[in-house]
Amino acid sequence: MPHIDVELERLREKLLEMWDLVEHQLTSGREAVMNADHELSQRIIKLERKVNSFDLKIDRMCENFFALFTPVAVDLRTVLAILKINTNLERIGDTAEGMARFACKLDRPFDPELVELTNVMVMYDEALVMFNECRTAFKSEDPKLAKQIIKRDKALNKIYRKSDVVIGKYLQNNPDRIPEGLALLSIIKKLERVGDQVTNMAEEIIFYREAKVVKHRKKKKKKE
Amino acid sequence: MNIKHSKLEAINLDAYYGDFHALKSINIAMEEKAVTAFIGPSGCGKSTFLRTFNRMNDYIDGFRIEGQILLDGRDIYTDDVRVDELRKEVGMVFQKPNPFPKTIYENVVYGLRIQGIKDKKILQETCEKSLQQAALWNEVKDKLDKSALALSGGQQQRLCIARALAIQPSVILMDEPASALDPISTAKIEDLIYELKKDYTIVIVTHNMQQAGRVSDHTAFFYMGELVEYAKTKTMFTSPKDTRTQNYITGRFG
Repeated sequence: MPHIDVELERLREKLLEMWDLVEHQLTSGREAVMNADHELSQRIIKLERKVNSFDLKIDRMCENFFALFTPVAVDLRTVLAILKINTNLERIGDTAEGMARFACKLDRPFDPELVELTNVMVMYDEALVMFNECRTAFKSEDPKLAKQIIKRDKALNKIYRKSDVVIGKYLQNNPDRIPEGLALLSIIKKLERVGDQVTNMAEEIIFYREAKVVKHRKKKKKKE
Repeated sequence: MNIKHSKLEAINLDAYYGDFHALKSINIAMEEKAVTAFIGPSGCGKSTFLRTFNRMNDYIDGFRIEGQILLDGRDIYTDDVRVDELRKEVGMVFQKPNPFPKTIYENVVYGLRIQGIKDKKILQETCEKSLQQAALWNEVKDKLDKSALALSGGQQQRLCIARALAIQPSVILMDEPASALDPISTAKIEDLIYELKKDYTIVIVTHNMQQAGRVSDHTAFFYMGELVEYAKTKTMFTSPKDTRTQNYITGRFG
C-alpha cells in the first residue's frame, strides 16, 4: 500500500474509533434519560474528555497530513471531510453530555404519558439509527447510503416542530411537572441538532466520494 | 473549457518520431495572458507538444506532424512562416539554465544583436528592462560586464528568461524551468511567472504537481500521447474527471 494510503487509513481508523465512542455516549444517554440514571449520566459526562482528546488528535493528524503530503483531488477531499466530520462528532459528543446533564437533574423518570405524547423515544431511536448508518456509509464509502440518511432527518424535524405545542398542552394540564416538561423540550431540541449534525456528516461523505457539494441545496432552490 | 481569447491552439494534432506516434489527435486552445501547465509522466508527449509551438522539433530526424498549430489564429507550419520570425514571437526557457559563455549584458542583448540592432541606447534600455522584468536587475546591475557563468543556477535561469524577454515575444514556453533549482530560486521563478502572465502567454511543462497548482490557471494532463484532461487548475486538483488524471496527480500511477 502506498505511504499516503497508509496514513489515510490511520486517519480513517482514528475517526471510526471516535465514532464508536460517541455512539456509546449517545446510546447510554438514551438509557440514562429513560431511567433517570444518575450514575450512568456521570459516566457519559466523564467520557466527554476522551472525545475532546480524539478531536484534538484527529485535528493534528489532518494538519500533519496536509503539511507532509499536500494532498489533491480525492485525497484532499477525504481529509477535508474527515476534518469536518470530526468537528460534528465532537459536537454530538457535547450534545450527549448535555442530555446526560439533564438526566442528572431528574429525580424520577419522565412521565410515560409525556414520553408517549412527544414521541421523544421514537426520535431518539431514529437519531441513533441515522448516526449508526452514517458510520457504515463512511466506513464503506457509500454515498448512496449517505443520501438516504439525509432524507431520514425529516422525521426528526417533524417531531421537533410539534414538540412545543404538545409539551405546552401537557404542562397546562400538569402544572406541577414544569421542570420535567422543560427538560424534555431541551432534550428534543438536542436530538434535532444531532439529526442536523449527522446530516452534515453524510453530506461530507457525498462530497469526498463524488466531488459534489450537496449542503445548502434546499435553500438555494427556494431562493431561485 | 471556456477560453476567452485563444492565443495558441492545436487542431487534430498528431506527431510522429519516425514510426512512433508521439501525440495523438490533440485538440486544445490556450488562453492569452494566462499560464497553462502541461503535466504527465515522462514520455507522455508533453515536451514534444510544447516544442511544436516554436517548431523546435523540426531539427529532429523523422519528426513530422499532421494537423495544425495556430498562433493568433495563424497556422505556424505553413511554408510562408519563417521560423526565426516565429521564435521572436514564441520564446523558450529550458530545464537547465543555458547562458552563453559571454557577459551578462551580451547574453541579454544577444537576440537583438542577431536581429542587427546596434544602437547602444536601445540595447542598454532593453537589457535593463528585461533584467528588471526577470527580477534580476538589482542583483546584477553592477556586474553586467561579468561572465554570466559566474551567476548562481537560479540567477542563470532568470538571465535566460531575461534573454527570452529581450526580443519581446508574446508567448514564453518553459520546459521544467525550475526543476534544477533550489526552493528559494524556484519560488523566485514562480513569482516571476505570476508577474509575467500580465503581459505574456505562458506554457509550462512541469513534473512538480504543486508547482502546476501554484502557478497555472489551466492544466492539461497528457498520458501516452493523448490529452486526457484539460481544465481549470483548481478543478483539476480538486475534482478531476478522469481516473487516470486522479491516479497521476495523487501519485498512484502504475
